[in-house]
Amino acid sequence: MNFTLLFLFSLLFASSSSRWLAIMSPTITPSTPDLNVTASQVVNQELALASNSPLSDFLQETIALTRRLFIQLQRRPSTLIAGIVQPIMWLVLFGALFQNAPQGLFGEDVSYGQFLGAGVIVFTAFGGALNAGLPVMFDREFGFLNRLLVAPLASRFSIVMASAIFITTLSLIQTAAIVTVSAFLGAGLPNALGLALVAAIVLLLVLGVTALSLGLSFSLPGHIELIAVIFVTNLPLLFASTALVPLSFMPLWLQWVATLNPLSYAIEPIRYVYLHSDWSLRSVVMQAPWGTVTLGGALLLLVSFAVVALLLIQPRLRRSLA
Amino acid sequence: MAPAVLIEKLKKHYGSVAAVKDVSLQVEPGEIFGLLGPNGAGKTTTLQCLCTLTEPDAGRIEVSGISVVENPRLARQRLGYIAQGVAPDKVLTGRELLQLQAALYHLPRAIAKQRIDAVLSLLGLDTYADKKTGTYSGGLQKRLDLAAGLLHRPDVLVLDEPTVGLDIESRIAVWEFLRGLREQGTTVLLTSHYLEEVDALADRVAIIDQGVVIASGRPSDLKDKVGGDRITLRIREFSPLEEAEKAKSLLQSLPAVQEVIINSAQGNSLNLVVQPQTEALATIQQALQAAGLPTFGIAQSRPSLDDVYLAATGRTLLDAEIAAAGQRDAKAERKQNMR
Repeated sequence: MNFTLLFLFSLLFASSSSRWLAIMSPTITPSTPDLNVTASQVVNQELALASNSPLSDFLQETIALTRRLFIQLQRRPSTLIAGIVQPIMWLVLFGALFQNAPQGLFGEDVSYGQFLGAGVIVFTAFGGALNAGLPVMFDREFGFLNRLLVAPLASRFSIVMASAIFITTLSLIQTAAIVTVSAFLGAGLPNALGLALVAAIVLLLVLGVTALSLGLSFSLPGHIELIAVIFVTNLPLLFASTALVPLSFMPLWLQWVATLNPLSYAIEPIRYVYLHSDWSLRSVVMQAPWGTVTLGGALLLLVSFAVVALLLIQPRLRRSLA
Repeated sequence: MAPAVLIEKLKKHYGSVAAVKDVSLQVEPGEIFGLLGPNGAGKTTTLQCLCTLTEPDAGRIEVSGISVVENPRLARQRLGYIAQGVAPDKVLTGRELLQLQAALYHLPRAIAKQRIDAVLSLLGLDTYADKKTGTYSGGLQKRLDLAAGLLHRPDVLVLDEPTVGLDIESRIAVWEFLRGLREQGTTVLLTSHYLEEVDALADRVAIIDQGVVIASGRPSDLKDKVGGDRITLRIREFSPLEEAEKAKSLLQSLPAVQEVIINSAQGNSLNLVVQPQTEALATIQQALQAAGLPTFGIAQSRPSLDDVYLAATGRTLLDAEIAAAGQRDAKAERKQNMR
């Protein structure tokens, strides 16, 4: 666990200049206390502040805020552990539920285990992203956010950015775990390009849902309300998607709902890539009651979903953070 | 030289509640300025407007000549804000919190490390630096807050009720520390509803009540303005009323005595207001002796800031606290503090 995190850390920090790596391992050297603000020091300080470009300031604060979230995760890893154990239990237990279903029910030569993998990947990423707003909400409630807001941040969107980086990283770790386990359970493994597509789809969905959750965390009065919204969103959206059963199982009205549910647009392409090695952007991945959806079309919808979600929360974030 | 903090005719409403109606004050560089008033008087709202946490409805706020509304980022660089009772992230160590703080103020790494070590040892936090802040006592948390607020060397350190909930030792330590900062030229603006805190620390004070500044100046000037010294006199431990009345008429005839009140709640002791800097104590004792009255106890004191508050509002700070406590809406206040 720690090893994975350390690896992630170094990825994160290597991406900026190397001076940040040194922050990771603070060493203590004795130094004399000196709070005397002499004129020259003030000048030095102003020069130092003036010489930073807005971009490097933004990077500095974003990295520091992201680092805080990863330190929290490292010291309280239970959410990540639960976030990996839970989907694996889904795969094993829920996968066993339909084991004796007649052959061909989920497609030719497709076992329910193979069918379910894509659903669990998307459902897990979705659940994680829905919770993205919770840490921000707690920071608002405990007043920690005010500590950030009185600081001369280059842009307060670094606060949102840090959360987004954190959540997408977690989702990718979870996805990797699910892909690995379902491979062992016999669902097979897409090729490298297929895996990249799976990662891209997860990222797009997580980005959109994270944005909505962060928007909610600034709109709702407290964490109780946020948790309530998460509760009423999470499972209904799961059951009204193609995560657990194919469209053909559903009554017509539910087919309509499921084919308008963004989750299905993430699930079906991943499922297709799992089941077909010869996929392309023109492959038809979903037969909706109102027409067919190609892999490219599904991707386009996910991109639009993320963009719309990001735009939708701008006014709210600007009111709280600008 | 521009004042360290300039607030002119500040107004701020929350819904239908006017939190700040008319607050003007000027903090000179290098002084400790106290904002005194009961809970709910508008002190915290004033500080939140100053520190760019909330936008004022009207009025001018400047830090070292920089408008906080027009140039919030420049103003934030010059301010260090230490809020009341804000828990640090419990999972981080003290050092990690300071590292975060340093990055939020964009200190270059080398300078940050040097300054973190400096503030840690200045506040005696070295041995706790690598422990999680969740294990810190209230006094330690306050010290860490001070360290965090000073890291970027602000022109003005702003503290909201810096010693609420602290034990006496930590409280004295915070006072000493703030005095030390003043020696080194840092301007300090603090709010308090503790009279003795403002009295002990502040070079100048503004007394705020129901969103309005009702008096401001040096504590000694304010106290001089409300009149003479206070003398508490007990003829016996419990004096009969007739005897107290007799002493009262006797003392009222003395030229140095301005006012005499019999306090029946305190065993008919006498509360006197006398001209300041006179030999009133000796004169009173002589007069009592000549009339054949004993003296059980006698004490002279300067008027307190509470007397200033009393003179301006007609009630004591304690009474105002109790009245305000009954009217507070904890939920609304929590909402105001949430961004």
